[in-house]
Amino acid sequence: MIRLFYKRAIQDIRENRFLNTVTIITIALSILIVSVFALFFINTNDLINHWKKGIRVVVYLKTNTSEAMIPDIKKKFEEMYGVSEAVFISKEEALEQLKRQIKSQISLLEDLKENPLPDAFEVRMIPSSQSWEKVETLSDKIESLPYVDDVEYGEKWLGRFTNIVNLFRLTGYGVGGLFFMAAVFIVANTIRLVLYSRREEIEIMRLIGAADSFIKFPFYIQSLIQSTLGGILGLGILFIAFTIIASNVEHGFLPGSFQIRFLPPAVFFSIVISSMLVGWLGCYLSLKQFLRI
Amino acid sequence: MIGEKEKNAIIRLFHVYRHYGSKNALIDITLDVFKNEFLFISGPSGAGKTTLLKLLYLGEPVSDGQILIDGMNLSRISRNRIPYLRRNFGIVFQDYKLIKTKTVYENVAIVLEASGVKRRMVQKKVNHVLRTVGMEQRHSAFPPSLSGGEQQRVAIARAIVGDPKIILADEPTGSLDSESASFIFNLLKGVHTRGATVIIATHDKELIKKTGGRVVYLSSGRLETSPYV
Ligand SMILES: Nc1ncnc2c1ncn2[C@@H]1O[C@H](COP(=O)(O)OP(=O)(O)O)[C@@H](O)[C@H]1O
Ligand SMILES: [Mg+2]
Repeated sequence: MIRLFYKRAIQDIRENRFLNTVTIITIALSILIVSVFALFFINTNDLINHWKKGIRVVVYLKTNTSEAMIPDIKKKFEEMYGVSEAVFISKEEALEQLKRQIKSQISLLEDLKENPLPDAFEVRMIPSSQSWEKVETLSDKIESLPYVDDVEYGEKWLGRFTNIVNLFRLTGYGVGGLFFMAAVFIVANTIRLVLYSRREEIEIMRLIGAADSFIKFPFYIQSLIQSTLGGILGLGILFIAFTIIASNVEHGFLPGSFQIRFLPPAVFFSIVISSMLVGWLGCYLSLKQFLRI
Repeated sequence: MIGEKEKNAIIRLFHVYRHYGSKNALIDITLDVFKNEFLFISGPSGAGKTTLLKLLYLGEPVSDGQILIDGMNLSRISRNRIPYLRRNFGIVFQDYKLIKTKTVYENVAIVLEASGVKRRMVQKKVNHVLRTVGMEQRHSAFPPSLSGGEQQRVAIARAIVGDPKIILADEPTGSLDSESASFIFNLLKGVHTRGATVIIATHDKELIKKTGGRVVYLSSGRLETSPYV
């Protein structure tokens, strides 16, 4: 039975080769555009996370803070939401570090009578909770503590960058939705044209007692073939483009240890599945409209 | 009291009307058709014969009245049951209604495929019925390349391949020469002998005389008489 339906679907595709080719290409392009967005977001997200791994919130304590309070303060920080660890950096350590960093001008420091640096804590965040808002909330909270003099954290531009990416992400969803609808419409239209060219045959089939499901099934197969091929074609083009671009870009401006990557399997298959959903929905809509009569 | 005959009615019409706009194609038709009957619906062109057949397989709805097919009330049948109703019928349409893009074999096979018969069985039955109507040589021809008589034979093959309870034939010999016509008629006689109820709409009085069977006359949408011949 399935074989029979399949045969009919293939026959339909063959008979309407041009129409089907155009449909497959259109679906491929829609999928391509949507998956370019997906690829872009996955990689910028990776990049942001990569940068965020370096986020440290440095807390400078007031100079009059007694050493006895340090363990309590450490505990206090570590109890805060999103914090993985708070490391105490005494002013002596900080000075040592500074000396190491500016070896050439070390003589400048040698002459210091007194250590001008404050005691500090380096507060590290749990990677998964490193949303920018959280970093900001956390530092505000820390800053309001009585023994805290000042809080410094990561590159401020990263926050703005994250916001821009989020805005793009919204645009991406919108564009994705639009292309989804456009693709559904195109599939529906193709199926409608095929239905129209077969209306006499469909009418005859109904008269001889064929159930609607028997009549519909080949059209579903047809649209699933279209949309799956379209989806795979679109992703295939994306993959080729990605491979070419990745091999050129990688060594360019991206930070050393960061690697751009192709869509992970879950996303890849979700896109194929959405593509099939497009086919199914397009077919469903035109069959519903056409067989009502 | 329900008589023996009524109990055996496979098709019952009660005060059936069908109108198209203000035109009355059928007026107050009350008629029983009995199991294994060979019934002619006669009458001039435009009398409403085709319309009457259409109402039976729900090709069109009645405007008023009731139709029972094998106990099923057509006005109560749900949309998704219509295919099952239609499988009771083997229909020979006035204009054949063969699918032009399918071969003779496929045209006949589709009836069985649509009701879920296994491929092997489909093959066996279709080949057998094509032999019966003498079209086995042309099984891969397409309908437009066939003569009227050949198309009619394919149409009959399609109507009988599923062993339906009721055969409806609309002017089955209408445009055929007398030799083809009597061949077709013998085929219909054959299915009748094997137990089917056969209803033939025709204006061909000669054929009615030759065959024998009950004849009902339609005239301007009204049932005139239902004599037995
Ligand atoms: N779809 C339709 N719309 C309008 N009038 C119709 C339609 N079908 C049939 N008729 C009219 O109903 C009458 C009966 O037609 P029909 O049943 O085809 O007659 P017959 O088959 O006896 O020649 C005719 O006058 C015809 O014009
Ligand atoms: Mg007629």
